[in-house]
Amino acid sequence: MQILKQLREEGRAEDMQALLDHIPYAKFMGVQVDRKGNEVTTILPFNEMLIGNPTLPAIHGGAIGAFLELTSVIQLLFNTQCERLPKTVDVSIDYLRSGRPVETFGRAVVTRQGRRVANVRAEIWQDEFNKPIAASHGHFLLTPV
Amino acid sequence: MNFELMFLSRDLVLRFGAGFYAAWLTHMNETISGVSPYGLAIGMSVQDTTDSKLTVKVPYAAHLVGDPDSGVIHGGVITAALDNASGSAVRVSEDWHDGLSMATLDIRIDYMKPATPHVDLLVTAECYKRTKTIAFVRAVAYHESEDDPVATSVATFMMGTPNQPRP
Repeated sequence: MQILKQLREEGRAEDMQALLDHIPYAKFMGVQVDRKGNEVTTILPFNEMLIGNPTLPAIHGGAIGAFLELTSVIQLLFNTQCERLPKTVDVSIDYLRSGRPVETFGRAVVTRQGRRVANVRAEIWQDEFNKPIAASHGHFLLTPV
Repeated sequence: MNFELMFLSRDLVLRFGAGFYAAWLTHMNETISGVSPYGLAIGMSVQDTTDSKLTVKVPYAAHLVGDPDSGVIHGGVITAALDNASGSAVRVSEDWHDGLSMATLDIRIDYMKPATPHVDLLVTAECYKRTKTIAFVRAVAYHESEDDPVATSVATFMMGTPNQPRP
């Protein structure tokens, strides 16, 4: 991917915000990245369009799934320099609580990284870190540099 | 579309004009089939329903792209379409009524191949079992045929969850 190569050449391989700014769907969702040292947190600011159930109201399960997937991929790319974006092989999502219309945060852990496939777990939360609203684990195909 | 709905549609066009009818149809698309604000934001619309199956379409659009080099749409879009179609497939059954409500427990998605750029995505979902408490749904995302899937999913929903505005 052009932008991955460019960031690598500029010595900004860990600048995940710059990467997100080049992914149209991430921009559409409004996803941001906060980094403290080697700790990466993704942020999904609330937006009316994220609503799935207007009665409650609650954030759409698909938006939650997409955010979990982006969080996983960002963590993977932060850990490993890749030629291309990781390809999702499968992802399994548990919905734990309904997503309220507020800001959502995400964090992922690469549980195992092989040469071609990585296992990633992700969790997202709102007000309380200890009360995640959804969790996922997925497999991703890598093309390391 | 059933008979009553057809007559109602004709009636609405005659009485209020085509513009109103279009707006009404959008509204029905939202309420009947559960196309939510997020569904609308990614351009999803209901194509077809039978008693236990439902097909939605997500037209290809620039803001859905996940890889700007290839123009392939993001996996999250497919996740959203599968999730929404699966939920809606539970609601199309004959004995569904508005007093019922549900919540997604989990969904597992397998991605078979990248979506083809510039081609619309279709998702067909089927609720193959519903008990008093749980609904089981499988869904396929594809372009031309369900036999050549982009992704498949299995989801479970919990029935009878509260659907009241939060305190």
